[in-house]
Amino acid sequence: MILRGPGKQRGLTGPVPDSGTQAGKETLEDLPYEVVRAQEIHLLFGPKGSKDAYDVILDLHNTTANMGCTLILESSKNDLLIQMFHYIKNSLAPLPCFVYLIDHPSLKYATTRSVAKHPVGVEVGPQPQGVLRADILDQMRRIVQHALDFIQCFNEGKEFPACSLEVYQVMEKIDYPRKENGEIAAVIHPRLQDQDWKPLNPGDPVFLTLDGKTIPFDGDSTVYPVFVNEAAYYEKGEAFAKTVKVTLTARSLNSLSP
Amino acid sequence: MRGPLTSGCKLLGSRDCQQAWICPPDLARCQPHSEETETERDVAEVWLSPEQSACSTSYCLSKAMQLALLCPGTDSRMYSTPPRERQLERVAVMGGTHGNELCSIYLVKHWLQGPSELQRGTFAATPFLANPKATKHCIRYVSQDLNRSFTRAFLTSQDTRDGPYEVRQAQEINQLLGPKGSADAFDFILALHNTVSNMAACLISDSEENIFTMHTCHYIQKHTQSPCPIYLYGCPGQESYALQSVAKNGLGLPPSSHPHRVLRADVLSHMRALVACGLDFNDLFNQGTSFPAFDIVAYKIIEPVDFPRSPCGELLGFVHPRLQDKDFFPLKPGDPIFQLFSGEEIFYEGDATIYPAFINEASYCEKGAAFYKMKKCTFSIPPLEAPVASAP
Repeated sequence: MILRGPGKQRGLTGPVPDSGTQAGKETLEDLPYEVVRAQEIHLLFGPKGSKDAYDVILDLHNTTANMGCTLILESSKNDLLIQMFHYIKNSLAPLPCFVYLIDHPSLKYATTRSVAKHPVGVEVGPQPQGVLRADILDQMRRIVQHALDFIQCFNEGKEFPACSLEVYQVMEKIDYPRKENGEIAAVIHPRLQDQDWKPLNPGDPVFLTLDGKTIPFDGDSTVYPVFVNEAAYYEKGEAFAKTVKVTLTARSLNSLSP
Repeated sequence: MRGPLTSGCKLLGSRDCQQAWICPPDLARCQPHSEETETERDVAEVWLSPEQSACSTSYCLSKAMQLALLCPGTDSRMYSTPPRERQLERVAVMGGTHGNELCSIYLVKHWLQGPSELQRGTFAATPFLANPKATKHCIRYVSQDLNRSFTRAFLTSQDTRDGPYEVRQAQEINQLLGPKGSADAFDFILALHNTVSNMAACLISDSEENIFTMHTCHYIQKHTQSPCPIYLYGCPGQESYALQSVAKNGLGLPPSSHPHRVLRADVLSHMRALVACGLDFNDLFNQGTSFPAFDIVAYKIIEPVDFPRSPCGELLGFVHPRLQDKDFFPLKPGDPIFQLFSGEEIFYEGDATIYPAFINEASYCEKGAAFYKMKKCTFSIPPLEAPVASAP
């Protein structure tokens, strides 16, 4: 399989396809802007789930959380991406790079990149919203460079032996303690702030109220928090996500062996 | 009759041994402390002629300071020292001037439910949420920056019903806490903010000429652990536009390195401590404490420096990694300041060392400021005499 670059071009001005869903029956004016935009992207790079969909989408994001270089994996069974992420991690070393696996029946979300056959999420932080930091930009650029290098190597037929990859698999999203009116009643505890990917043990502090009360983690076992205090997730009810460490394996690629 | 305090000052009039002077707005402020003259050492009260009495108040002059009066139709700068006959009792703590600066909003909402933390023996500060609509949507502003809306033009604008939300809000705040420049205005406003820049616990004031505010800053510096650099944003001849200018005295507090739309416990705690310190100082003053003169370092604004941009305004580069987070560090001619997306570096071409502030503040990109050039100055601040207790 050769991974293709841009091939068929789909017009942006065509009508929104009537998929038979509620969204398909509404006019463009009725739909939220981002739904219209999702459908345009779907036309350009999909259709999602079809053989005509793009091979790879690199979906670039920033976070206010202290997550460093993060790759987001949507499926634990995608050997190509496990191999790509393994390659990127090795290429970035000693700069740490973590893999966040969102393969979960209810917590997986419908991303822009999911239109493609092989969706790659790239998340680099911490960076405040509305700001361009040289160090964060450089890290993101390097990740993209290594991802494209991998694709080039793969297309050229380079062999990638079977590998294993340590990932952090999402288990649950934890909201802030809230008042009856929905406002936040406590903030991320200083001992949890900026501690993405570090072990959080039962009894460790997670939240702090303005009255000075500490709320501890009441889980049964150690977890690894990510997206700790991401600005955009306040409205989604996510103070942080609990993950567990899992090791994935991928078969070899381009192997000449039978 | 005494001679002019400095060249360019204009005598309004005199009565007995008292004189009223107006000083021009372009009078240089940042200069080494000069040798005292007899005139400068004298203490004098200022009075205004009847037609200027709408904005009249009396001030004291002490060493190394000149005095000016804010009068309609002039651009003179106000020197604000609390009159000796009054304590500062009407104090407001403002949060949410920008609706995405969550620490200030969260604290003010907490104090609105239980203001005991803002109470002192001689006064109780009032918490106030400045921009409720922007706060509701977690955005900096709805139509225009509220913290640039307190000029005379906006405050006296008539047809505001269909105009920007923040102009109406500024006028409402001016009615509640002002009117700006009048004897009825609040005594002190503590305006809480956040910045993504690495500016430590920066204390923001209009000018070194506000003696009470400078004494407040000095007190905070001595009673907090972290550095508290002083940032002076006023320019000669420019009217003060910020919310805290509604009151007779004002101070901005933006504890830094804090992303917008986020609540960080460490910054919340720090902001709370700074507010407490500022209110403690006010209370000490009201109790009859006098504070001696001192010299203080402050950073005075020169001008903004914009990002490199294309002719249509698109960014062509970003703050250089060697400048990023280096607020209040010296920036010398030839030091790198930007890096283009192409990799090329751009260097600072000024004549002298300056001190950058608000480096890469998210909300200043639209204002054309990648950072502000500041001049490091040392000011001699006169003593602050204790007030006489208020009449029952």
